[in-house]
Amino acid sequence: MKIRSIPTWIQALIFFVVVGVLIQLAFSQGWLTEYWQQIILAGTILAISALGLNLKYGYAGLFAIGQAAFYGIGAYSSALVTKDWTSQWSGSPVGGLAGLIGIEAGFIAAVAAISVLDIGHRQRALRERLEKLISPFETSVLTATLTILVGGGILIVVGGGVGWLVRKAVLAAGPTLFGALPAAFSQQLIFFIALIAGAVLAALVGFVVGLPLLNLTYDYLCIATLGFGIISYVFFNNADKLIPTMKGARGMVAIPRLTTWPWVLGAFAVALIVMRNFIYSSTGRAILAVRDDLTAADTMGINSYQYKVLAYTVGCAYAGLAGGLYAHLYAFLHPTNFTWLKSIDPFVMVVFGGVGSMTGTTMGAYVFVTLLEGLRVLPAELIDWRYVIYPVILLFVMLFRPQGIMGTNELGFLKRPKAAPGESEMEAEPAETTASAADG
Amino acid sequence: MKDKVIKLLLRALAWGVLALVAGVVLRVVGGVVAKQPTTFVQQMLNGLQLGFMYAMIAVGYTLVYGVVKLINFAYGDIFMVGAFVSFFGITQYGFSFVPALLLATVACIFLAVIIDRVAYKPLRQAPRIAALITALGMSIFLEYFTALKFVFSADYIAFERPFELVTWEVGGVTFTNIQLIVAGVSILYFLGVQYIVGRTKIGKAMRASAFDKNTARLMGIDVNAVIGATFALTGALAGTAAMLYATAYPQIFTFMGLQPGLKAFVAAVIGGIGSIPGAFVGSLIMGFTEAMTVGFVPYGSTLKDGVAFILLIAMLLIRPTGIFGDPFEEIK
Repeated sequence: MKIRSIPTWIQALIFFVVVGVLIQLAFSQGWLTEYWQQIILAGTILAISALGLNLKYGYAGLFAIGQAAFYGIGAYSSALVTKDWTSQWSGSPVGGLAGLIGIEAGFIAAVAAISVLDIGHRQRALRERLEKLISPFETSVLTATLTILVGGGILIVVGGGVGWLVRKAVLAAGPTLFGALPAAFSQQLIFFIALIAGAVLAALVGFVVGLPLLNLTYDYLCIATLGFGIISYVFFNNADKLIPTMKGARGMVAIPRLTTWPWVLGAFAVALIVMRNFIYSSTGRAILAVRDDLTAADTMGINSYQYKVLAYTVGCAYAGLAGGLYAHLYAFLHPTNFTWLKSIDPFVMVVFGGVGSMTGTTMGAYVFVTLLEGLRVLPAELIDWRYVIYPVILLFVMLFRPQGIMGTNELGFLKRPKAAPGESEMEAEPAETTASAADG
Repeated sequence: MKDKVIKLLLRALAWGVLALVAGVVLRVVGGVVAKQPTTFVQQMLNGLQLGFMYAMIAVGYTLVYGVVKLINFAYGDIFMVGAFVSFFGITQYGFSFVPALLLATVACIFLAVIIDRVAYKPLRQAPRIAALITALGMSIFLEYFTALKFVFSADYIAFERPFELVTWEVGGVTFTNIQLIVAGVSILYFLGVQYIVGRTKIGKAMRASAFDKNTARLMGIDVNAVIGATFALTGALAGTAAMLYATAYPQIFTFMGLQPGLKAFVAAVIGGIGSIPGAFVGSLIMGFTEAMTVGFVPYGSTLKDGVAFILLIAMLLIRPTGIFGDPFEEIK
């Protein structure tokens, strides 16, 4: 029986169960030292973040450097939630949770209101009418003022209102609800919610940042996202002035250590399967089309801007999820973990493993972490060489195999599904020109 | 008639809103400045000093971007190497100011040209993204390689000034001789680069290559040599700027090129990348903003990096081609 004739979901199930059980056994039986356990956990977490970047850069062709900022947002926000549960820094065990969910609910409500009221179209219509009467500059001033007033009003009234209500509701119902559950279980449940909420916050921030920036291309997008990375680093450094528990430049401490192998594997499995199904869906095909030829995609009726924002937002959510797991693995967060140089790390993984390949990105993450940590076994004076070696590897990959080790190839259940009989054969052919496509 | 009235009302409304915003901004800024006029002038001088320094780096970025369409991320690190070379010149060989400056300049010219030959030239025909990633890799390589013990070491090193710091005080505001030297050298370089690019044969070749490489090649221009000359020119700028920077802020370390490099690039984008006066003006704005943030915003010294990049994002949103850039040029 050939492997490809087994349904992909069974392949995936078998793969994750076998790998999960084997590594869990290795952890609990002590076949692996503490050190290698950390490497496996860190590698898997980084793979999630790199998968998010692969969606942005590999699939959507957006040259955005800023994954570390979203990684940091997910890490800090989820850590605030779980730390509140264990140490009650806000005075209530669910204060952090209520605040975070309140902000998210309020923001989503405001965005929903803006899209229901069709503000964008109204603004454009008003602009057209005004431009017939007065000069473009005066029109810009008037429409901008009106947009700020109306948008700000909706944000404050709808967003603030909904956010306040949700926060109050969680604050009131949270302690009794979680108190009714066994303590160990409610702890894990809080962790689960914190991870999701962290990923959602990263996605929302990514959405807000992406809306204006994704009209830019190549170098401009690169520099603007890099700028956002530096702004968030400055924010993390000064965050203690806003929320004292975040401790700013001194580093946030005593985050409960909740990240275990089942959590990491579960998150990775979900991330990988969601990514696979997303990219092979019609939405995914549209994203690939936007990457390969923006003009052609627009001509075919694909709203390229919309798909860019979508890919960017989902990519940020992946970074946020990975950040949440990271925070609860090391129990310590410091702004230097989220500088823009750290944004280069997932980039190296994607470029090395294969631009636009999930298998390649995952492999790239493990190779990266193993190299970085594995080179520690070298004598002490050679440790400093690690960061000298990896740009050299990057240079050689760029010179000799710019599409990465895997190119766009996939292994096992990550392969593109064969077109069903009757469907077009066209889409079974993945684009071979990832690297040059990003150039346009 | 009715149309005219509506038109007049709308125009009045638009200008009224503008006047209101301008009034509020002026009122707030004026209030702060009126309280501490000497701090304001002092910070303005500091900002100008920083701005002139950024200007030399920014002109380097803008030249390379103009000709090769590449963000030379390694440029800040070439700058760093220049600072270290002048440091060795001063401490090891007892160089005075001018020889140390020349040594740093020559070293950076060589380094810039070598980097171009080794890392960027093989990728000239490759996708632009590959060259950009290579530039990033080159930057990280230079930072970590020079941080090795047998190269420059990862320590923070105090830079010995090759001349005495002289300060004058005029009405509570302090001037230094370094500020004068920085401003003078920076303006000289600016005029020199303007002359080379605008008036000389090699400058004409640079402009032709920037416009269309293939046609330039058909016209008998050795494009690779022209690009080499551009990198050499930017190396000279980096070396001189590094020596001056280390003299003004006397502490050197292998990551010192990162922040000035990024900010100078941002300044070049704000001024309009590809434009030399743009890079100059953008840098002065950048230095001014940074000094004012430090002087007047609470926690300003920790927030200044963020403010610089908020300025960048605002500029990219309002006018992506920058102050001096051609707004009709398609952004690619």
